[in-house]
Amino acid sequence: MPNTRIKVPETATAGDIVEIRAVIQHPMENGFNVTSAGVIIPVEIITDFVCEYDGGEVFRVKLEPGLSANPYFSFFLKATKTGPVDFHWLDQNGTKTDASVTLMVT
Amino acid sequence: MRRFVVGIAAFCAFSAAFAEAILADEQPARVQTALGARSGYTYMGPDTQALQDDDFSNPGMLWVDEGEKLWSTAAGPDGKSCQSCHGDARTSMRTVATRYPAFSPQLGRVISLEQQINYSRTAHQHADAFPYESEQLIALTAFISSQARGLPMNVSVDGPAAASFERGKTFFYQRRGQYNLSCANCHEQHAGDHLRGESISQGQLNGFPIYRELWQAMGSVDRMFAWCNQAVRAEPFAPGSQEYVDLELFERWRGRGLLIESPAVRR
Repeated sequence: MPNTRIKVPETATAGDIVEIRAVIQHPMENGFNVTSAGVIIPVEIITDFVCEYDGGEVFRVKLEPGLSANPYFSFFLKATKTGPVDFHWLDQNGTKTDASVTLMVT
Repeated sequence: MRRFVVGIAAFCAFSAAFAEAILADEQPARVQTALGARSGYTYMGPDTQALQDDDFSNPGMLWVDEGEKLWSTAAGPDGKSCQSCHGDARTSMRTVATRYPAFSPQLGRVISLEQQINYSRTAHQHADAFPYESEQLIALTAFISSQARGLPMNVSVDGPAAASFERGKTFFYQRRGQYNLSCANCHEQHAGDHLRGESISQGQLNGFPIYRELWQAMGSVDRMFAWCNQAVRAEPFAPGSQEYVDLELFERWRGRGLLIESPAVRR
């Protein structure tokens, strides 16, 4: 399972806008690189990134081959109530990578 | 080198004192050493520097995380991990990156950190060595090297390491390849100048293993040397070759005093 890193503030007050940051370790081969023997390295990318919080989807990205390796996303969400912030990455082979952090809201 | 030092004498006196004050700091400081050595960080643009400074977004830290997991993963028939013998890497590995390559009494020659890791794996854990440039070896090298962040490079080049040092020095000043260039031609004589759109650094090693934006991946010292040799159309040496270990020893001596920044982000 690829390495992921997530940054969610530990606590927030209800109504706060908090910054969420997430990165996944992935080569994101764009299909244009060649080996030293001249053979094209096939496309190998993450295709979707989804973040869910408070019972709904808050952030979704459709990734294309043009994005660089180890895709990093930063976005904002409004803290409503204490609960898990779930992150899902899906690659072109259908492999899912999940992570979750609890956001405490006072 | 002398001309260079004389030219920036005033700045060096200031920065040497400055460096001492910052050594105690958590964040490694990018300063020139009193001898004029400059970290590759100082040749990077502000975006690249910002990427390195933030532990969260520094892509190299993804490999450091992997290395941390590998540190406590059992390997070999006795089920020992690095941690079984070395305990907490934060203390036991604190100065390792500052003093490798080093002479190994067991192997009778100067070896790199990668080779030391593999020696420990085979001789003590009785596990298979990691291949050079493998994800695991880079991850472990990055994890161990990052423990020395903020400490100055300080390799030993006398005694049993002297012969290796001399060979490395010869290599550095020797022209090679179709372009007939030595390391010194670019990294000493033209450090700070431009090669097409890129600024030429001094080629210091205090940030290795690095996350290189050109590769969009982590690379070891040997990968960098091979790339540089290919760039002048010279036949690269194999990773782990004694030529590259010797060169790394010389290079780290050349940059002595520069603070370890591993994992650094470079172009």
